[in-house]
Amino acid sequence: MTAWRRFLTHRAAVVSLILLVLLAAAALAAPLIEAALGVDANAVSLLDRFGPPSAANWLGTDELGRDVLVRLLHGGRVSLFVGLAAAVGSAVIGTVIGLAAGFYGGRVDGFLMRLTDGVIALPLLPLLIVLAAVDLGKLGLPAGLAQSDQVSLYRIIVIVALGGWTTVARLVRGAALSVRRREFVRAAVALGASDTRLMLVHILPNVASPIVVATTLSIGNIILLESVLSFLGLGIQPPLPSWGNMLTNAQELIWSAPMLAIYPGLLIFVTVIAFNFVGDGLQDALDPRSGGTRR
Amino acid sequence: MLRFAAVRLLQAIVVLLIMSFLIYGLIGLMPGDPIDLMINADPNVTAADAARLRALYGLDQPIWERYLNWLTAALQGDFGYSRLFSRPVPEVLAPRLLNTLLLLGMSLVLSLMVAIPLGVFAARRPNTATDTAINLACFAGISVPPFWLALLFIILFAVVLGVLPAGGMAPVGGDGGLWERLPYLVMPVATLTLVSIGGYTRFVRAAVMEQLRQDYIRTARAKGVPERSVVWRHALRNAMIPVVTIVALGFGSLFSGALVTESMFAYLGMGKLIYDSILGNDYNIALVGLLLATLMTLAGNLLADLGYAALDPRITFTETRT
Repeated sequence: MTAWRRFLTHRAAVVSLILLVLLAAAALAAPLIEAALGVDANAVSLLDRFGPPSAANWLGTDELGRDVLVRLLHGGRVSLFVGLAAAVGSAVIGTVIGLAAGFYGGRVDGFLMRLTDGVIALPLLPLLIVLAAVDLGKLGLPAGLAQSDQVSLYRIIVIVALGGWTTVARLVRGAALSVRRREFVRAAVALGASDTRLMLVHILPNVASPIVVATTLSIGNIILLESVLSFLGLGIQPPLPSWGNMLTNAQELIWSAPMLAIYPGLLIFVTVIAFNFVGDGLQDALDPRSGGTRR
Repeated sequence: MLRFAAVRLLQAIVVLLIMSFLIYGLIGLMPGDPIDLMINADPNVTAADAARLRALYGLDQPIWERYLNWLTAALQGDFGYSRLFSRPVPEVLAPRLLNTLLLLGMSLVLSLMVAIPLGVFAARRPNTATDTAINLACFAGISVPPFWLALLFIILFAVVLGVLPAGGMAPVGGDGGLWERLPYLVMPVATLTLVSIGGYTRFVRAAVMEQLRQDYIRTARAKGVPERSVVWRHALRNAMIPVVTIVALGFGSLFSGALVTESMFAYLGMGKLIYDSILGNDYNIALVGLLLATLMTLAGNLLADLGYAALDPRITFTETRT
């Protein structure tokens, strides 16, 4: 059975994948939906606060009279983008470190794996909060850049990637260690291939599937982490909406408008669980021997 | 064994020292410094005064010199004063640490009490409808944002039903005994427990299934050991080795969960203290609090390694790293 057909037998993963595609499409189409409904995600209208669902505002309006649906979709763009970008970023860092450790072995391996253990041992969230509070101006970034709107978006991607590479690094190192001893690698060594070529052309393709699985599984965690940081006021900064920071305002309004707290959280929940199922399905499909973890 | 423990302890101390310098440096990079805060409160301070104050407090010295000063004082037991509470750091931290340990301890015991039987139950009937249902529930538990779950609890139990307090520690004017605090602990403990049960259950299930495939299980069954005993006494005991490890290694993430939960329910623990101190420029508290959190995670890792050896006599510590 090919990997794709094995994936299709994992029902939860297939449903999740369809759901994620729909969600991503809706998020990407947010400006179009905005135009079609004739609403603006950032238009404040104090006369229409806490509006009930209507033809123009399908999910009603929030405490500033903004349309909840299009804000959710715009938030989805941000949350999905951060999740994907940070997952790819941490996968790249993890792959480089894991490849180097597994390929060179010895002291390099010892140092890099001890570094990995050290990062794993850290209480991640409090440290990420400190990193998120760092004043970029003090790091020598020009003030205009350090205070721009977009910077909170890129800052959170970098921060999460810095904390999230450890799983991939360990997996890649383990896989690289075993692949390195295989005959085709020795043959390549005998033919005089450089270290870089050995790592990129011969070893990397053979450790690709654990990287793909770990990266997919990490997206869910990253979206959770982003939402927590944004919720605490240290991630994505308003007026740029994200599912996390939409909940910050909603928390103060749970007595008057509890529904505002339901929608963004529900979307985070559904997205994260979908990514986890897809990752689980990929794991079964790409590595049938790992039957111990799941069917 | 003793030698191994000593080496690991030494490593942990080195990691802690490196972390203390890193955190010290990072906190220096946060917006503002103590002098800025003084100036804000007093419009008559001139730039020259500010510079004089910086020199007086040693803030004009290079970072490593300031760090060494802090370290020397800290090693002598002087952690400085909290800006927000105007009290020595240990006095502020100690009760908060106890509160967090109470919260974490209760939720850890509760989640293991559910996760172990549930994981064994699922492992005994793999790929049945029951197993699939348990697995779905586990995925839900892993994927739910903790702060949102907390919000849902508050909406349901405090706003709609009104049966539990929305947050805080104890009723005003009470004696603060454990019995009075119980209603205030229900929702934080439930939140932390629900978000950690899923991961533990999946892990227990995988570990027990792994053991049930082993030869010694077939032997036990062949010689007529009752199935109950095969599962609970033979398989589970061996499956507990990786489970203990994962629990001890999970201290770090448990602490992160505590930070969120405590902030949501205004529970006065370490996590909330660290969060408040970072936002409130309370450098001394933030530094020591973060180090304490790191120390707890390192201690968890050390316990995991030592527990591993204690539980499994096959493991020896000659040259460990693989």
